[in-house]
Amino acid sequence: MENNNLIQLENIKKIYKVGETQVNALKGVSSAIKGGDFVAIMGPSGSGKSTLMNIIGCLDRPTEGKYLLEGEEVSTLDKNKLARIRNKKIGFVFQTFNLLARTTALENTELPLMYSNVPRKKTRDLAYKALSLVGLEGRELHRTNQLSGGEQQRAAIARALVNNPSLILADEPTGNLDTKTGKEIIDIFKKLNEGKHITVILVTHEQEIAQIAHRRIHLRDGQIIKEEHA
Amino acid sequence: MNIMRTIRVALRALSRNKMRSFLTALGIIIGVGAVIAMVSIGQGAKSNVEKRFESMGTNLLFVHAGSRSFRGRHGGGGTYQNLTPNDAKAILERADAVEYVSPNVSTRAQVIYGNKNWNTSIQGAGENYTKIRNWRVEEGIFFDEQMVKSGQKVAVLGSEVSENLFEGADPIGQIIRIKKIPFSVIGVLETKGEAGGWHSRDDMIVIPYTTAQRRLVGRPDRVSSIDISAVSAAKTAEATEQIEEILRIQHKIAPGAEDDFHVRNMADVAESFAESTKTLTFLLGGIASVSLLVGGIGIMNIMLVSVTERIREIGIRMSVGARERDILFQFLAEAIVLSLLGGILGIILGIGGSRLIARIAGWQTLVSMGSIALAFLFAGSVGVFFGFYPARKASKLDPIEALRYE
Repeated sequence: MENNNLIQLENIKKIYKVGETQVNALKGVSSAIKGGDFVAIMGPSGSGKSTLMNIIGCLDRPTEGKYLLEGEEVSTLDKNKLARIRNKKIGFVFQTFNLLARTTALENTELPLMYSNVPRKKTRDLAYKALSLVGLEGRELHRTNQLSGGEQQRAAIARALVNNPSLILADEPTGNLDTKTGKEIIDIFKKLNEGKHITVILVTHEQEIAQIAHRRIHLRDGQIIKEEHA
Repeated sequence: MNIMRTIRVALRALSRNKMRSFLTALGIIIGVGAVIAMVSIGQGAKSNVEKRFESMGTNLLFVHAGSRSFRGRHGGGGTYQNLTPNDAKAILERADAVEYVSPNVSTRAQVIYGNKNWNTSIQGAGENYTKIRNWRVEEGIFFDEQMVKSGQKVAVLGSEVSENLFEGADPIGQIIRIKKIPFSVIGVLETKGEAGGWHSRDDMIVIPYTTAQRRLVGRPDRVSSIDISAVSAAKTAEATEQIEEILRIQHKIAPGAEDDFHVRNMADVAESFAESTKTLTFLLGGIASVSLLVGGIGIMNIMLVSVTERIREIGIRMSVGARERDILFQFLAEAIVLSLLGGILGIILGIGGSRLIARIAGWQTLVSMGSIALAFLFAGSVGVFFGFYPARKASKLDPIEALRYE
């Protein structure tokens, strides 16, 4: 049973110290996410969504609790090992795209491969393939400032999936896009989830978008208050 | 990331801010250029001195009157006129490590030929003067033992004097007047050239010392110094000892009393000059290094600005899997590439600068491979040293905060 879970969270707590006061961002979150799942995490701001995303994305470590990713305990790994895991297993998509300024879509997509010592030619091939998968064929050599919002987010998705991760984490990926473009982006996630069996975890507060997910986890005040399955 | 990729990324980052990169590198360019140009002046002076001493002969010794130090103070040559032609004779006869001696009487005098007037140094010397000084007679002959003995009024001209008085005409057999006394010119010496801004060695006239004593100085019993050549360079120390022993006897100096003369050999003189040019090189190089240091601080400053500007980029790179050391190397590579490019341009500037100095100031300059390699290495170390702190700062950023940074 445990081995089937891509992600297993056991009583995850996160406490920030801001000066003298302590902020309990997560107050004991336990959950399991199977490989190939499509999960939406929902909740108002301050509910701990982002903190949970950062922990699942191995950008941060929990203060307490266990986090198993593909059966491996990652909550105690050091910064460099976490960087390796982010590189190999996780792809990030952000609300503000977070592409490198003044660089081409292709260069942005190549970035994760540069940090895993993939040979130059193979890097190029994989990046072209990822870009065509998100519908940016022909736009590879455009600089990020020459791309529309939707195109920038597509490039970001290409970057997230280029290293063939088991998990894509998207934090409000449609937040800076109009409804129609947002819909197109969500369709890409759906395609990746169904076609390539990549697990997608989406943070959003838009009901409509969350409806597409197989499963919705509602957070409030650092705790899971409700789970829905499609 | 491997090294080639890191360098490529660094080059691209630098080319994005070409003007800024250039201005930052300018500190290094000027620093390296200044080090190379300044050191080339020192090294030029050094090689000049070496060449000069080499042409004089390394087995050369000088005896001057006056003790080496008198009451803690260096007594200059000729303080006491107590060397005699007999001293020279005694040295030649009794010191077996000595090959030639030449008693010298030096003075300055006005020299006239026709309507030409020239003030120059007059060197009274023995017949072996040219052999000791390793000096060739270009035209005519040098005076011989007989001419010295009889105190003939003959003169051998330094090439500059010949040039000034005769302007290319043949001086041999002509009569010149030294202090109104007529001398016939019998020879012209080869050009030795001037050395590092010192007085020209070709601006002088050699006459028999006996003539100089009687006609120009009026002290027939004294000489100002004695030039001596040892039988070989290896024998100079031995020759020095023998000369000192003989002169102590000649001058009746009691055991334990201080010498009233001093013997210097060319090796000592060369060494003391080498020492002073070395000091010059260090001084010039040291001053120039300060500008390289300032250039390094400029690099650190700009790298710190660059890190702050690119916090978001660092966050993005970290989120896709860059480790601390990837970020560290990326920024370090930028600093090193910047300073090495500055170093290369600085070397070019330094070589150009030293040529310019040579042309304008007329000094001999010498750019050695060693100083180029050293300057380049120094520039690289400046990059590492001043790039490390900003790079480390970048690598220690927290990815979450970096991603959130506006």
